[in-house]
Amino acid sequence: MSKQTIIELRNIAKHYMMGSEGFYALEGIDLDIYLNDYIAIVGSSGSGKSTLMNLLGCLDYPTAGEYKLKGTDVATLNETALAGIRNREIGFIFQNFNLLPRATALQNVMQPLIYRGIAVAERKRRAQDALEMVSLQDRMAHVPNQLSGGQRQRVAIARALVTEPAILLADEPTGNLDSSTTTEIMALFDKLHGNGQTLIVVTHEHEIAERCHRVITLKDGHLMSDHINQVSAKLSSSEAVAHV
Amino acid sequence: MSNLKFKIIEGTRSAAHSIFAHGFRSFLTTLGIIIGVASVIAVVSVVQGFSANITQQFDGMGTNVINIESYTPREERLQGVRAKLTYDDYLEIKYRVPGISNVTPTVRMWGSNALITYRGQSSSSMIVGTASTYQKLNTVYPERGRFFNLSDDNSRRRVAVLGPSIISKLDIKGDPIGQHVGVSGEWFKVIGIAEKRGKLFGFDQDDFILLPFSTTKALLGGAQEPDITISLQINEPSQLEQVKQHIKNLLRRNHRLSKDAADDFEIATADQMLDTFDAIVGSTTLVLGGIVGISLLVGGIGIMNIMLVSVTERTREIGIQKALGATRFDILLQFLIEAVFLCLLGGLIGLILGFGAGSLISTLTGLPAATVPAWAIILSFGFSAGIGLIFGIIPAAKAANLDPIDALRYE
Repeated sequence: MSKQTIIELRNIAKHYMMGSEGFYALEGIDLDIYLNDYIAIVGSSGSGKSTLMNLLGCLDYPTAGEYKLKGTDVATLNETALAGIRNREIGFIFQNFNLLPRATALQNVMQPLIYRGIAVAERKRRAQDALEMVSLQDRMAHVPNQLSGGQRQRVAIARALVTEPAILLADEPTGNLDSSTTTEIMALFDKLHGNGQTLIVVTHEHEIAERCHRVITLKDGHLMSDHINQVSAKLSSSEAVAHV
Repeated sequence: MSNLKFKIIEGTRSAAHSIFAHGFRSFLTTLGIIIGVASVIAVVSVVQGFSANITQQFDGMGTNVINIESYTPREERLQGVRAKLTYDDYLEIKYRVPGISNVTPTVRMWGSNALITYRGQSSSSMIVGTASTYQKLNTVYPERGRFFNLSDDNSRRRVAVLGPSIISKLDIKGDPIGQHVGVSGEWFKVIGIAEKRGKLFGFDQDDFILLPFSTTKALLGGAQEPDITISLQINEPSQLEQVKQHIKNLLRRNHRLSKDAADDFEIATADQMLDTFDAIVGSTTLVLGGIVGISLLVGGIGIMNIMLVSVTERTREIGIQKALGATRFDILLQFLIEAVFLCLLGGLIGLILGFGAGSLISTLTGLPAATVPAWAIILSFGFSAGIGLIFGIIPAAKAANLDPIDALRYE
């Protein structure tokens, strides 16, 4: 069975100038990401994880190389088109949640739909559905300050999901959470993956990486390894078989 | 729904949210605009109320009234030459010009102010010698007693109609009608008291004594022919120009002016006076408006300052919005709408405060009621919105051009 490719990276490089000295944050990255992939990107700090994340999330342009997202060459797009891609294809989940502090959970989840030009009643309906999916239907009117860390991250996940993006990009999603909440969030990720969602999780925690089906290791801006995590992949496929 | 309309609606929603979330800060931000618009509206409403009142007074005068006065150019006046309208001129006009009525000669005697006395009290006032027809042209109605009539004038009776202020000036006790007041040493019997008119430009309009023209002229004796003013009414307003031309020709001939000499008199209609007055009010409004415009400018700079702070403060939010798919234009529009919204809100509050202040000033100073013309409202709102646009564009552009990665990292 051939897998549907969502993302193709070919010889991607990102070069930064620090004063008079330049250095490569990423160099020679070749990567294919398929539909319903469940990927962990690991590496020590300074390995280029965040840079790769920003490139995949269309927040930044590569210095060289080719980035195709669902067949579109992203590197040639202008800023407005890139904003559109971020809106439709990418769902961001951040370590520090990055919710709008003065907006309620519901308003936060409705926010990305504004940029898609969806009318308010429809926005509300979709946002409520998304919040229900993360079991926050009774916290919709709360502002982030009134929510726990785990709840905030679930609001952020609902916000990422509400646009039905091609990929979910999570940058250290459990970095600010305690272990029980971490388990809760990771269970949610598993569930999303089970629903067919493509997920990419940037992390430096082994426990997290082990739950993912594919682990990509970066070191000093280079791709060191890209392997299938046999245990969890089998587990999930057997689950899938069991479902059938 | 068109895309831009949708964005503007969403931008307005977000602006309202952000403005009311920081209510007190927003109020302080727009305070400059509030004060600016309030002062424009206060000033304009008082001036306009005042002007409406004057116009009403002119209307009472009748637009078909013509005033003729002598006129001496400045250079000739410096050489001691003085043009004059004489009693003969009056008679010529009265009997030779058709289509006119109530031709009234008026003379100001003994300079602009003459000594007046009553039972040991003395003061000074404006003395006007005029005919009984003066009443019809100037709508002076006696509150008590009567105005002088044709027979008073013809028989040179020593009677006087007083402006109401004279009573307090001379401390006249009891019923003034029938009592005598002294004007430049001559005694006149008071036959009427005029209706109160109040003050105009700080001048008491009730400080005068009217005497019959013939009496005044006789008192002056033949020593010097007085310079008079002639007022008259045109029966048919459409014939205004013909009548004016007729009077002009007549006076030029009477004064023996050569063909290339300028008129030594001026013919003015109430309409012309009204036009002059309107011009004065217009330029006053313009000057005051200009001064107040500067305060609006300062208000705009205040808004820009706070908006710049607000953009820095919300850098992270902007980063989040960009990550969620907001384009540069979305962010630009959002901040621009916020600035305009803030200014319009300030304009609205200023409008209400200004009208309140104008009404208060009018009430306290006894001026006519303040009125706010539609153009002042439109102008204030337009100006407020314009200031929001002009001073909002720099902060909005700053917000729109933030790099999403840097903005997300901003602490």
